[in-house]
Amino acid sequence: MPRRYLYTWFRYLATDRLAKIRPELRGKPFLLSAPEHGRMVVRASSQSLIKDGISPGMVVADVRAILPSVEVFPADLASEEKLLGALAEWSIRYAPIVATDSPDGLILDISGCPHLWGGEHPYLQSITALFRKGGYDVRTAIADTVGTAWALAHYGKNEMIIESGRQAEALFPLPPAALRLDSSTLQRMEKLGFRQIGQFIDIPRLNLRRRFGEAMLIRLEQALGAMPEPLKPVQPAPVYLERLPCLEPIRTATGIEIAMKRLLESLCERFFNEGKGMRTGIFKGYRIDGETVQVSIGTNRASRNAAHLFKLFELKIPEIEPALGIELFTLEATLVEEVSETQEALWSTANRDQAAISELVDNIAGKVGIKAIHRYLPLEHHWPESSVKEVSSLEEQPETEWRTDRQRPIHLLPEPEPIEVMVVLPDYPPMHFRYKSEVIRIVRADGPERIEQEWWLQSGPPRDYYRVEDESGARYWLFRLGLYSNRKPQWFLHGFFA
Amino acid sequence: MSELAEKKEIIRQLKEKILSMEGFGTGSDGLLLDFGLGPMNAAFPGGAFPVGAIHEFISPTETCAAAANGFLAGLLSTLMKKGGVCLWVSSGRKLFAPGLRFFGVEPHRVIFIDVKREKEALWVMEQGLKCNSLAAVVAELRDISFAESRRLQLAVETSKVTGFLHRQGSRMENTLACVSRWKIRPLSSQTGKLPGVGFPCLEVELVKIRNGRPGIWQFEWKNGTFRVVADRNKIAVKPPVPQKQRHYA
Repeated sequence: MPRRYLYTWFRYLATDRLAKIRPELRGKPFLLSAPEHGRMVVRASSQSLIKDGISPGMVVADVRAILPSVEVFPADLASEEKLLGALAEWSIRYAPIVATDSPDGLILDISGCPHLWGGEHPYLQSITALFRKGGYDVRTAIADTVGTAWALAHYGKNEMIIESGRQAEALFPLPPAALRLDSSTLQRMEKLGFRQIGQFIDIPRLNLRRRFGEAMLIRLEQALGAMPEPLKPVQPAPVYLERLPCLEPIRTATGIEIAMKRLLESLCERFFNEGKGMRTGIFKGYRIDGETVQVSIGTNRASRNAAHLFKLFELKIPEIEPALGIELFTLEATLVEEVSETQEALWSTANRDQAAISELVDNIAGKVGIKAIHRYLPLEHHWPESSVKEVSSLEEQPETEWRTDRQRPIHLLPEPEPIEVMVVLPDYPPMHFRYKSEVIRIVRADGPERIEQEWWLQSGPPRDYYRVEDESGARYWLFRLGLYSNRKPQWFLHGFFA
Repeated sequence: MSELAEKKEIIRQLKEKILSMEGFGTGSDGLLLDFGLGPMNAAFPGGAFPVGAIHEFISPTETCAAAANGFLAGLLSTLMKKGGVCLWVSSGRKLFAPGLRFFGVEPHRVIFIDVKREKEALWVMEQGLKCNSLAAVVAELRDISFAESRRLQLAVETSKVTGFLHRQGSRMENTLACVSRWKIRPLSSQTGKLPGVGFPCLEVELVKIRNGRPGIWQFEWKNGTFRVVADRNKIAVKPPVPQKQRHYA
């Protein structure tokens, strides 16, 4: 039985993608551009623009001259590639072997599939309709070879199905470009007056090779089916999913715990064999009344420790409502990462300690939320509020040393609090100040330490910091915002020293 | 003569045994740490700062809280000298991480957990105290009941992690199952005749200590260690309690 191929050509993949993200662009003229040789060149243009004759390869400035109202967006080739991959993965529902044909096509090896949809016609219609519904303008064709399917999708009528063994007839009226030839060969053919494939398909191969080279012959033979064309099928991402059907519906917390433990054990065993670990996981219960209940967890580090993961899930068990009973449990790891045995040294503790601490932090994050956990690294800024950087990872190490030349207070108020002061002379520390309706007399003082605003981040007057001590020995961090020369500056209390 | 020495040795061993049964002992690594508290060591059972236990700090005012956190940071620097991580649990934290550096603690080795409710802070502290990979756990809260503190003490006894409960503005000073109760107040710094603010000076009051002698000491944090303030006209407010009146908390 001959193989059958379906080719899907996304005519406007790039613009369809943008129109899906920004629905307001649908139907409007816009184009995507990318720099090339120091100028902006059109990479893709929307459907309406193509009808106006604006095609990829033109210079954006020229297009602007023709159509001043056109909107221009930067092209994102990586995302388009990713989108094509995702579409290929989605297409696996139609055929087991799917390959991407960069930049804008999909090849499906549909041998033995269409009868499930009741024949090739309904099959082709179904797949085309679904892509159209998804917002993609596609052209499709089915043939015995990839080459013919490609040619028909690009240059034939839409949704063509070529019967088995009739590729040559189908190719007859198509232009030579339908054979996927390079531009120099096409130019030579144009010069020689070959406008249709039918004009040269019967010429002896020897003569063709002499004139157009080996590559053109290979393409022709591939289209006719005399030469095989290898495909590189898309590998779907492995799914880490475990299922546990129950004989009797489960209604108790103990039952759910047992199910959870079993699922975790089998999943963790798989992780061990593959050297991976779970970052996020979803535990689902399918109830007999048709509802599903689910809880999810996340970890700070990829983990495959069943006991630890169970501990995280255990906190959420009370959220599961079994109602009449749960008949099927599934556990899916939605985010899986490699577990490297030699992780960078975390704070010079032993490896065992690292794991224990990250498990503890996961545990805390599960109960009080990940937002409650903070770690700070130094930043090279003098402005006290921006001198630390908050990090979420437990492994990140400081890039610079903590500064020790200037003493910083042990307590810092979240917002500097305005105070009333008595100052003898400008640039002198205050004699006393009033904070929370209490007058504090200053005995000793250090300063000022002037901290200027970082003009590249923010603008405003500088702060003059003073370290002061009162009669009882309490030490404060005060600052004066602004200078006396301009207008009356304001004083603030910003922190407490030990 | 040798008999006497033998007896002394037996008594010393028995004392150690009793102390370890009471929950005192060396930390998880079995080594005695020197916190640089000098003459204060005599006040502790066994002559060393009790690690692997829970200490309670009470601060009535904001300035006292800052002083207590400074003193705590000084203690943490010794506990974290051999590496390790500290957990700082708090609801309404004012601690400024770079300020810890002055007291010899690397701020990036402290994990801050900022919870909304005190109950959560206690839960986090208990979890932390159960994890023997941590160097210490500090919790800043307002109120805690005796039963809650007992749970923490039980967690500490198996893991040998040192815990610090810092109570700020608490409504009542109720009895807790902690090994000690401290009150730290700031003292004016010693500058002699020089201008400016000197090294941080603290008055450390050990209000309660199980099997020890409470008292008041004055320390100065200088060059990365505690130093006893020597020549000071204002001596301890309260004389140390005589040895006979042992205080059992």
